[in-house]
Amino acid sequence: MTILELQNVQKYFATQKAVDDISFTIEQGSIFGLLGPNGAGKTTLLRMITGIFYPDSGRIIFKGKNFDPVKDVGNIGYMPEERGLYKKMKIGEQALYLAQLKGLSRSDALKKIKAWFVKFEMESWWNKKVEDLSKGMSQKLQFVTTVLHEPELIILDEPFSGLDPVNANLIKDEIFNLAKNGSTVIFSTHRMEQVEEICDHIVLVNKGTKILDGSVTQIKNQFKENVYRLGANTSAHNLMTYIFEVIKHQPNELLLKLLHDSTTNDVLKFFISQDIPINSFNEVLPTLNEIFIRLVEGTPEARQFQTIK
Amino acid sequence: MNKIWLIIKREYLTRVRNKTFLLSTFLLPIVMMLFIFGSAFFAMSSKEKLKKIAVINDPGMFKLNLKGDSSRIIFDFTNNVDSTNFSARGYDAVLNLNNDSTARKFTIHSKKQLGIDAQGMIENKLDRALENNQLQKKGIRKEILDSITKQANGAFTIENRLTSDKGKSQEVNAQVNYGVGFGSGILIYITMFIFGAMVMRGVMEEKTNRIAEVMVSSVKPFQLMMGKILGIAAVGLTQFFLWIVLIMLLSTIVGAFIPHELIQQAGDMNKNMPVGGNNAMAMKFMDIKQTAANINWLQIISCFIFYFLGGYLFYASLFAAIGSVINEDPQEAQSLMLPITMPIIFAFIIMSSNLNTPDSKIMVWASMIPFTSPIVMMARIPSGVPWQQLVLSMVLLIGGFLLTTWLAAKIYRTGILMYGKKATWKEMFKWAFRKS
Repeated sequence: MTILELQNVQKYFATQKAVDDISFTIEQGSIFGLLGPNGAGKTTLLRMITGIFYPDSGRIIFKGKNFDPVKDVGNIGYMPEERGLYKKMKIGEQALYLAQLKGLSRSDALKKIKAWFVKFEMESWWNKKVEDLSKGMSQKLQFVTTVLHEPELIILDEPFSGLDPVNANLIKDEIFNLAKNGSTVIFSTHRMEQVEEICDHIVLVNKGTKILDGSVTQIKNQFKENVYRLGANTSAHNLMTYIFEVIKHQPNELLLKLLHDSTTNDVLKFFISQDIPINSFNEVLPTLNEIFIRLVEGTPEARQFQTIK
Repeated sequence: MNKIWLIIKREYLTRVRNKTFLLSTFLLPIVMMLFIFGSAFFAMSSKEKLKKIAVINDPGMFKLNLKGDSSRIIFDFTNNVDSTNFSARGYDAVLNLNNDSTARKFTIHSKKQLGIDAQGMIENKLDRALENNQLQKKGIRKEILDSITKQANGAFTIENRLTSDKGKSQEVNAQVNYGVGFGSGILIYITMFIFGAMVMRGVMEEKTNRIAEVMVSSVKPFQLMMGKILGIAAVGLTQFFLWIVLIMLLSTIVGAFIPHELIQQAGDMNKNMPVGGNNAMAMKFMDIKQTAANINWLQIISCFIFYFLGGYLFYASLFAAIGSVINEDPQEAQSLMLPITMPIIFAFIIMSSNLNTPDSKIMVWASMIPFTSPIVMMARIPSGVPWQQLVLSMVLLIGGFLLTTWLAAKIYRTGILMYGKKATWKEMFKWAFRKS
């Protein structure tokens, strides 16, 4: 089931097309990765999905209906990249306040906060102020306040920045948990290894337009370059062939790129015919990082300001 | 609506529970009371004790007419005192009137400096003595002279009665109207600045804490802004209320503990301050009390509350808009605040320089325009304002604050999400007037 659908969404600022005609759909219960270089328009896109901005044109459909910020904000949890909490406020009160603003009743909110605080071992923090917390601790608190009201759509902008591996894992497990329980997670980051690990479906935006859309394996296959890793003890002089070229040669490992429509079996036959023992053989798919760099490189590093007619 | 209420509650509670709020609320009245009583106390202790002054005056020209007064100064005509032994004989000073009196310069010797007050008083008494001497030389008897002075002191007061169009005459007192008008005008002026700055800093709180984005993904920016403005208004009203209660409480407590004559003395002293008849002062004081009772306090207080809230709401949203476009650096606020503080200062200048002519053209106009009306109208009300003008001014003020709030909300919703860059007036103007 589709929970969120963007149809030809556009948002122009005075000097820039921040989001220029982007459409995609997000399935309920999936973990969706929104990727893009700095200034690609991710934050603007997320702000439209959270109802902070209105699109100039196009439609946002949330749960089958036109998105109505006033009604639907209670169903969305947003953790922006620009993170913050009221520094002078006590942590318990703060969580309670933010939960009530999302429409939870006081007693309901209190119960849920207590449960989360126990889960994250934060019980002793209740009467502390945010300014007393370390960056990682306030990050955890921020995550709790984002998901506390059990939103159906959770939007996390760089959720792991500033977290140590232990806490990052804690949050990661929670993200998987939330998705398993039916919540949909939109996940925006530049950290590709996290995306590969977590996301089911990704969209890559650059300069305000969508340049890639699909599942992680789909995209990797789309960008694969027929490169294989072969474990064998060889020397370079006897590897001159029509079937493949050697990209990288190490004493016990080779990186091969297939040429001229040859198949993997051709490669294996070649090695067997040479009587070279093969220890391992597997395909090397490009990492998302490589795909990302390949797609984004070549475009100017920073977006240029342009006038909108 | 529920969300605005939550925001108001938070803004109110976090501020009221703040240590600086508690400190300023409870310390200010105490400091004020200490200041008042302290200054009264010091004024009293520095007040000269009864001075005994020996007078050397051989021909006795002043003997008859130079009189001290029982509470502050005593003149003693003696022969065996001079500038070397006066303090041993129990005098504070010795005044030698034997010098050439045509030079009109006498010397007085004392251990401690006499002070301007005492010196002036002695000169005054000498002048009187000379005057009386001359008059007596012309043949006016002393008793007659005395009774004339007695009768003429504070003999007249002037009463100003206003005649309205209906021919009803009403006693007014320009001084009371002046005082009440100026007082309420200045109170609105000061609170507008204090509260405006408070709103501005409050709005910056979201930005400096980087929570603006989280907040506006939960509530509408307008709700956040209104919640802040109303919450801070409630804080201010609470503080006012507590100050009044505390000052009243403290003054009764202090009144109970401080000996009655001390207060009495302080009061006497104030009355004695102006040179001249105490009698007239007392009469005037009674008079003021009388007209104060004649003033329509109900109208003044209800108008004060209206113009206080109206003026606050009118300016608070503008201050909020400014707060939303600046970053952490409060210095940036200065230049942007200027166009907003100018009309407030301008209103104050109009009010204070035209207070004597509350019906002049400039006062009437200034009391209509919402930018200046809260301050200026309050100054006019005690001396009577035609009801048409009052209603028009109120309607304009309500319309004015609806307009400023609407415009400010549009600037606010854009400004609050901007980081790292201060907006210019041109940009703010564009945000305010673009649609949706």
